[in-house]
Amino acid sequence: MNKKPSRPQVNPNTLKRLLGYLSVYKTRVILVVICILLSAIANVMSSLFIQRLIDDYISPLLLEANPVFDALFRAIVQMACIYVIGILASLIYNRTMAVISQGILKKIRDDMFAHMQTLPIKYFDTHTHGDVMSHYTNDTDALRQMLSQSLPQLLSSCVTIVAVFISMLYLSLWMTLFIIVFLFLILKVVKSIAGKSSVYFIKQQQNIGDVNGYIEEMINGQKVVKVFCHEDEAKAVFDQKNEALCDSMTTANTYANILMPIMGNMGNILYVLLALVGGSLAIAGVTNISLTGAGVMTLGTIASFLTMSKSFINPIAQVSQQLNAVIMALAGATRIFELLDEEPEEDHGYVTLVNAKRENGELVECKERTGLWAWKHPHSDGTLTYEELKGDVVMEHVDFGYEENKLVLHDINLYAEPGQKVAFVGATGAGKTTITNLINRFYDIADGKIRYDGINITKIKKDDLRRSMGVVLQDVNLFTGTVMENIRYGKLDATDEECIAAAKLANADGFIRMLPDGYQTVLEGDGSGLSQGQRQLISIARAAVADPPVMILDEATSSIDTRTEAIVQKGMDALMHGRTVFVIAHRLSTVKNSDVIMVLEHGRIIERGNHEKLIAEKGKYYQLYTGAFELE
Amino acid sequence: MIKTLAGSIRQYKKQTIMSPVTVALEVFFEIMIPLIMAKLIDEGIDQGDMGVIWKYGLILLAVAMISLFCGAISGKFAAQASSGFAKNLRQDIYYKVQEFSFANIDKFSTASLVTRMTTDITNIQMAFQMIIRIAVRSPIMLVCALFAAFKIDAQLSLIYVITVPILGIGLYGIIMKVHPIFERVFKTYDRLNAIVQENLYGIRVVKSFTREDHEVGKFDQVSDNIYKNFVKAEQILAFNMPLMQLAVYTCMLLICWLGARAIVACGGDEALGLSTGEFMSLFTYTMQILMSLMMLSMVFVMIIMARASAERVCEVLSEESTLKNPNNPVCEVKNGDIQFEDVVFTYNRKADKPVLNHINLNIRSGQTIGIIGGTGSSKSSLVQLIPRLYDVTEGRVLVGDVDVRDYDIESLRNEVAMVLQKNVLFSGTIKENLRWGDKDATDEEIQRVCRLACADEFVQTFPEGYDTYIEQGGTNVSGGQKQRLCIARALLKKPKILILDDSTSAVDTKTDAAIRKAFAEEIPDTTKIIIAQRVSSVEEADQIIVLDDGEIKAIGRHEELMQSSDIYREVYESQKKGGDDNE
Repeated sequence: MNKKPSRPQVNPNTLKRLLGYLSVYKTRVILVVICILLSAIANVMSSLFIQRLIDDYISPLLLEANPVFDALFRAIVQMACIYVIGILASLIYNRTMAVISQGILKKIRDDMFAHMQTLPIKYFDTHTHGDVMSHYTNDTDALRQMLSQSLPQLLSSCVTIVAVFISMLYLSLWMTLFIIVFLFLILKVVKSIAGKSSVYFIKQQQNIGDVNGYIEEMINGQKVVKVFCHEDEAKAVFDQKNEALCDSMTTANTYANILMPIMGNMGNILYVLLALVGGSLAIAGVTNISLTGAGVMTLGTIASFLTMSKSFINPIAQVSQQLNAVIMALAGATRIFELLDEEPEEDHGYVTLVNAKRENGELVECKERTGLWAWKHPHSDGTLTYEELKGDVVMEHVDFGYEENKLVLHDINLYAEPGQKVAFVGATGAGKTTITNLINRFYDIADGKIRYDGINITKIKKDDLRRSMGVVLQDVNLFTGTVMENIRYGKLDATDEECIAAAKLANADGFIRMLPDGYQTVLEGDGSGLSQGQRQLISIARAAVADPPVMILDEATSSIDTRTEAIVQKGMDALMHGRTVFVIAHRLSTVKNSDVIMVLEHGRIIERGNHEKLIAEKGKYYQLYTGAFELE
Repeated sequence: MIKTLAGSIRQYKKQTIMSPVTVALEVFFEIMIPLIMAKLIDEGIDQGDMGVIWKYGLILLAVAMISLFCGAISGKFAAQASSGFAKNLRQDIYYKVQEFSFANIDKFSTASLVTRMTTDITNIQMAFQMIIRIAVRSPIMLVCALFAAFKIDAQLSLIYVITVPILGIGLYGIIMKVHPIFERVFKTYDRLNAIVQENLYGIRVVKSFTREDHEVGKFDQVSDNIYKNFVKAEQILAFNMPLMQLAVYTCMLLICWLGARAIVACGGDEALGLSTGEFMSLFTYTMQILMSLMMLSMVFVMIIMARASAERVCEVLSEESTLKNPNNPVCEVKNGDIQFEDVVFTYNRKADKPVLNHINLNIRSGQTIGIIGGTGSSKSSLVQLIPRLYDVTEGRVLVGDVDVRDYDIESLRNEVAMVLQKNVLFSGTIKENLRWGDKDATDEEIQRVCRLACADEFVQTFPEGYDTYIEQGGTNVSGGQKQRLCIARALLKKPKILILDDSTSAVDTKTDAAIRKAFAEEIPDTTKIIIAQRVSSVEEADQIIVLDDGEIKAIGRHEELMQSSDIYREVYESQKKGGDDNE
């Protein structure tokens, strides 16, 4: 089981790299910060305004016989202006933040996918699909939460906290000191709750992974479950995992849920205590010391302070509420960056594949598709040579292992001449598929050399190398889209006629026309409505439309009945006439008419030759053919 | 829909009810705080009466503590209720899927079932928690705060009568505008995930056709679509905050202006009009009123987002299994006789051409039946009717002289073992996998069936033998090994009928022959139905059925068919011709 529940781990570099993404929006970020500042300040000003209102206007006016409200009106208009600025600022930063956060997410998503495409096959061998998928779903979701909600809120809260703090000092030193003491207490409570809750949130994430993994496996095998009447057992295991998830989820959420009422009511308690302290100070006539100097503790000061205490506690409550989200998002980002840091496939190739035509016996590069391909080979002295693509593949003393020190292929020597059909026969695990994976450089060899038309394949650009070969695999993967689009996958600019011709060649035309919308039938979920054989026929059509110089057929017809296979093979033979074809098959009838048959055993070629020769030799192949020996 | 979902609350009813009740209490006490506060300011601080300050102060502290207690309790109840609800819901869907027939499973794709049990449930759970806490808290808060404000100064409170509806309409408008965009976004998300998934599965295809750029292009397009829609949605949502600030600030300024005048007019005497303390309380209520509106709008957005998920979940929950156990089921399968009486079958009632057309068959217990036919000739469809994985459209299928629809489904399937074409091993040891066939099987029995299926020989070569751990999807055994393990698993059921749906395609001819030989010798009384591509796999069968296009074209023994059936001969020739030439 390599699906270990991943612990959220926050790498210090993660934050730095996230900031890197942010730096693209430098001006906008500055705008956002300024706007958040403005909006927070407007908010603080409104608390301060109450003090002024009571002390400077209401109280004096109360003493006057004929109160004049002009000054008050002016003050209110002034305040209104500040509010308008605050509102505008908050509108601007909210809207700008939407662009920034979604822009970053898009960038990360796109980077991730583009990078994933460059990763070597080995990466996909060693990571489960569920794990990779979760980078696009859970991890990105967590990041979105943080970028579009937590981050602005954190910033705004911090600004508010600082601004309120300063204003409090401006009002009264004594009461500020009192708040600080109280704050210390609050932080202690928050820390213990948040700490506990994050432990359970981590546990919850693990349990979610566990349950999801189980669901995925079971639902995928649901038909087998039904056939074996295994429903009750499947339910029992599920219940157990589901119960564990419910437990950790309840605990995690309890802590998260009680944080807010605790913070809110701590705020209320602070409010009350402040009234008591403030009241006592005022009545006792204690001199009020503030940034503006010493003075008398007024009713306005206390009133303002009370409002301010709310503005002080609320942002702190918000910050603590966001902490879990931030931790989870950073853990998600760390995982995303891990993917982005995976080493891409190495490609030092410089020989490229071009369309060519012959002029005066010389190969000349051209734009249009001529059916003639050439390797464009730049040399260190600056000259260019063109080498016709023939499909001549040579392997010399090739060793290979998926893991170091564990070779699966030993000293493979192979000569495939242009126009030949080369077959590999051998038990599963003998290394047949591995050999073809080496030719198109899905994996790199440990020792030896592979030459393609005389060029070492490490010198050929991977894309061009692969473009020169068509591959049909045993496990067919189709893509969401119409049948036509799936066939066109082989050659993106193929016309409908070309696609249909390819389908006819693969003997797929008949059943495709029987589909509800013929070639326009939309395939979904990997073409799940089609039988295995039908999917193979489509994948053969897909390769045929690519019309490649070299073709690799890896158990391409294993699910097709032999009668249909014979028809398909005839078509393929016609298409590939004069080109190199590699065939891997279990059925000996599929490989019998090959020019060369290689019999593999434990990663070594033990026999080679055509059918007649191998039969005459009366070796392994003969035994296989006559059924005297078994493959597996 | 709500009724269906509410059915999953079950044992968490107490918490589900207690959570809003405690929330209501919390709100009630919270509302009292500013009221007492006003008294404390007016009667205490204003008058300089320390005794009064202490009196009200202590009351206030007590109230705040009670409110805290209620809030914390409700948080706990809400967590229990929502997690429990999610658990039950997940369980309900999972159990439902276990009841599903093959036709039901086909209808929902695997991926969509998984999403429904994961992401969708998370969405519903969040919304549920919101509903039992915030959606209760906010309206109560709103009403109480309004009430309190009116009590202080009815005239001044008219401000709210104007601003609250305006704010409400504004928020409603925003939600209405955003909702369709979010729905679009979520649909596009499905597409994005589908692309990633396809690429994960088909990475070799992508790479060998060098379609990396094409795929990146496809992805970017969808990703860009999400980006644009999301920005649009969030930019509309961005009006939420300023709108609310506008309302709050307008109220504040109006209260300042009108309140100040009112205080001055009455000389700050509470009895005549408005006092300073009351004035302060009005501010607090303003905040509370508008905050609750804001919260309500948030809840609204959440509910709307969860609605799509809820619909998807309900779709599964309300799906009726197309196969029902009969009322008085037959629980014993007498023998392995099978009859098809004029069977017509379609997967989809609307299809104009049936998949199986007027099939008549008579198979006796203990016979070996081979089925041969081209790609798409409905071989699998035919055999799937025997363990009643699907119901016939017309006609009947009889097993042991009883219509399969009259059997208890479990009893029937226990006697009819089927090895599926697309077979699956589960993560766990080989032994655990095999015990699916019979959970009480002894090690000896397991070994015996593995010998029958020619699996013992390779299992023994594994360092850990029968305790070898199989990875998810059986990726660490070869195709042929997997098939043999699957056969062994089916054999362990000791069935009366054994169906192999192309189950030896990755097994070489000799092993294939050995398996068949073992079948003939060791389980002679079991009816064996073998679908195969290779003629050699069915050559010795008692009856060979040649299927083409959903119809039986020929039926008989090998020799008879060689004479009578062109199709059969053709298939035979295509496999044997080369061999004859060279031997």
